[in-house]
Amino acid sequence: MNPTITTSSEANGNVSAATARAAATAAAVADRTGPQTITLAKALNTAMADAMHADPSILVFGEDVGMLGGVFRITDGLTKTFGRSRCFDTPLAESGIVGMAVGMAMNGMRPVIEMQFDAFAYPAFEQIVSHVAKMHNRTKGAVKLPMVIRVPYAGGIGGVEHHCDSSEAYYAHTAGLKVFTPATVADGYRMLREAIDSDDPVMFMEPKKLYWSKDQVDLDALRAEHTENTQRGTSSEGRAAVARPGTDATLIAYGPSVPTALAAAAAAAEEGRSLEVIDVRSIVPFDDETVCASVRKTGRAVVIAEAHGFASVSSEIVARVQERCFHHLAAPIRRVTGFDVPYPAPKLEHYYLPGVDRILDAVDDLQWED
Amino acid sequence: MTISADHTAQHPASEDQTTGAPAPGSAPEDAASEAVRKFGISVEDYMLPARHQIQMVGPDGTLNPHAEQGTQPGHEYTLPGDEELMAAYEQLVVGRRVNDQNSALVRQGRMAVYPSSHGQEACQVAAALCLSEGDWMFPTYRDSVAVMARGVDPVQTMTLFRGDWHGGYDAAKHKVGIQCTPLTTQLLHGVGVAHAAKLRGEDTVVLAMCGDGATSEGDFHEALNFAAVFHLPVVFFVQNNQYAISVPLAHQSVAPSLAHKAVGYGMAGERVDGNDIVALLAVLGRAVRLAREGSGPLLVEAHTYRMQAHTNADDATRYRQDSEVAEWVAKDPLSRMKTYLTDRGLLDDDRAAGIAEKAEAVATQLRDGLSEEVPVEPQDLFKYVFSTPTPQLKEQSAMLADELARDAASKAASKTEAAK
Repeated sequence: MNPTITTSSEANGNVSAATARAAATAAAVADRTGPQTITLAKALNTAMADAMHADPSILVFGEDVGMLGGVFRITDGLTKTFGRSRCFDTPLAESGIVGMAVGMAMNGMRPVIEMQFDAFAYPAFEQIVSHVAKMHNRTKGAVKLPMVIRVPYAGGIGGVEHHCDSSEAYYAHTAGLKVFTPATVADGYRMLREAIDSDDPVMFMEPKKLYWSKDQVDLDALRAEHTENTQRGTSSEGRAAVARPGTDATLIAYGPSVPTALAAAAAAAEEGRSLEVIDVRSIVPFDDETVCASVRKTGRAVVIAEAHGFASVSSEIVARVQERCFHHLAAPIRRVTGFDVPYPAPKLEHYYLPGVDRILDAVDDLQWED
Repeated sequence: MTISADHTAQHPASEDQTTGAPAPGSAPEDAASEAVRKFGISVEDYMLPARHQIQMVGPDGTLNPHAEQGTQPGHEYTLPGDEELMAAYEQLVVGRRVNDQNSALVRQGRMAVYPSSHGQEACQVAAALCLSEGDWMFPTYRDSVAVMARGVDPVQTMTLFRGDWHGGYDAAKHKVGIQCTPLTTQLLHGVGVAHAAKLRGEDTVVLAMCGDGATSEGDFHEALNFAAVFHLPVVFFVQNNQYAISVPLAHQSVAPSLAHKAVGYGMAGERVDGNDIVALLAVLGRAVRLAREGSGPLLVEAHTYRMQAHTNADDATRYRQDSEVAEWVAKDPLSRMKTYLTDRGLLDDDRAAGIAEKAEAVATQLRDGLSEEVPVEPQDLFKYVFSTPTPQLKEQSAMLADELARDAASKAASKTEAAK
């Protein structure tokens, strides 16, 4: 009848909160595991559970996230563990979910909300663009919105229309939103924890075709890393990663395209070409330093993204890299992206998606003869 | 129209944490059944507004006989106390003065724009006075008088309209949402604030405001529905001033009244004369009390009139007749209250002069504050986008700083040149 949550009500700018959260994590999370093979879905789920253990002001809500555990089961078990006050279903209304989260964040909570699918988030666009992104600026920092909007995005799962959009550019184009997208299991845990810790709102773009990808990770080590980063004020937030080192050309990819880029690099290696793969990880803020260091080294680059190429994150990356690395470039930067068409029906999507062959064709095109 | 009795009797909120069974929060053992018990009326009678709007003091300033106040069983209201009425009257006078002063400042070019609430001051004042200290208000862009009546500094309130920044007061400190131009988005923020407070067991009430036109927006629907489903202490206050810029209410809704929309969400609605501050204080006061007691959200619709154009950029003569405006002049919220309080012996010339002086002091504060040229800081552009600026913002900030430095240097150089 009267759900009570005791919280330190830390939202608007309590600096010690992060430290307190980290300490609580170490204490509250009991299951010691060691290295094990888990999915990206499990990594994300664990990140939320650990964060919720650490901080009672963290709430999870959205459509079907309660008993069902989300249509992708990313919130599986959270209601059972934390109760219906902390992980609950809302009415089916995305603007309502985001707008309510704004108010909760204004009043001491740290909501982590789920948009069921990329295209289902569009009803919330006004709340996201006009309020989530602007509240901090509008109030000169007096009101912070520590909230995470999780968006399963992109295709490759044979989904019907409105279930496979790559919507990251809409958010990246909006000043005031951080935009993260993990590509590995470990980053699923690491980056979601960082997103939840952020005092600024984060659009957390989850490549849905990678939900069931597996990797061996040590959750305890990731927890320890998170605690250490929190205590030291260091983290991987805003940093790109070298997913595979190489010397001849750089493949720049993010989210669902990272495994494709890695596969292309592996194929290229067989042909004697050494490709470096950069996993962008954080679209906003963008890590110019890591990306440009790689391109300066290799002198050639291909940007890979599932989204339409026109006016996209990939076009932004090309523009930034050529502005900064022009004199190191041996060839124009190429892009391998989705075509500028609405996301195709399941039987056509393989024509649309950037694949290994298309990437290798683009690499072949990088004026090697010069 | 009937509402099945089952609706109210719906499974008393299962708190089964393991299954996470229905009902978020403590909902369905709901407002309605509680009210039915409390007031001894049916669910329909609780949720539907009273047959007539609540009006206590008529346009001529006389108290309506009780039978003619629009009340009915379960919708009963008590006359606010004398002190409350006098405090409200003082704020009414201040509010009118603020509206007049701000409109003048726009004409003088000292402010970019001002959406005046001239004629709606009773709603503005009652919205502020019905709340307790820990409560929150979520105003619209036309509710500057309500924001000031809630205690926010007048000059800070006007920052948005002066053009210095998009907001001038600390929303968290004052528990007043920042005035914004998107419609009804703030209602959902109010719902979230109430939800957070409820989860912590605090007794905060949120007053979430919008206009008649805004009830067509999707977020109006989502906010009312969320508040009802989560059983939250939110009072939705609709100032029906008859026009959304130029479009009259008939083009927004053909519901019997906007207050009737409440029943569709499972909450109670009420209509009130929006130019009668006595009735407004009674109706909003009861709504806030019920919300605080756990009766869930309520919807109050106030019938009022936007006496002036939408803003200074609007021309109201293009879409409405002078005769219509004249009818509402006779219903003015200030003059009827003045008559009523004078007749009651509460207001005399001395009190009136004292109140006028206070209003003039606020007007002076606005005039002085808005006449002062406050320099804007270009680097503020980058400072507040995020808690910590991104590397990209740092680059852009440095670029602007460099531009400004070069500008200053070349100005200095041409000055020296001219001096030679």
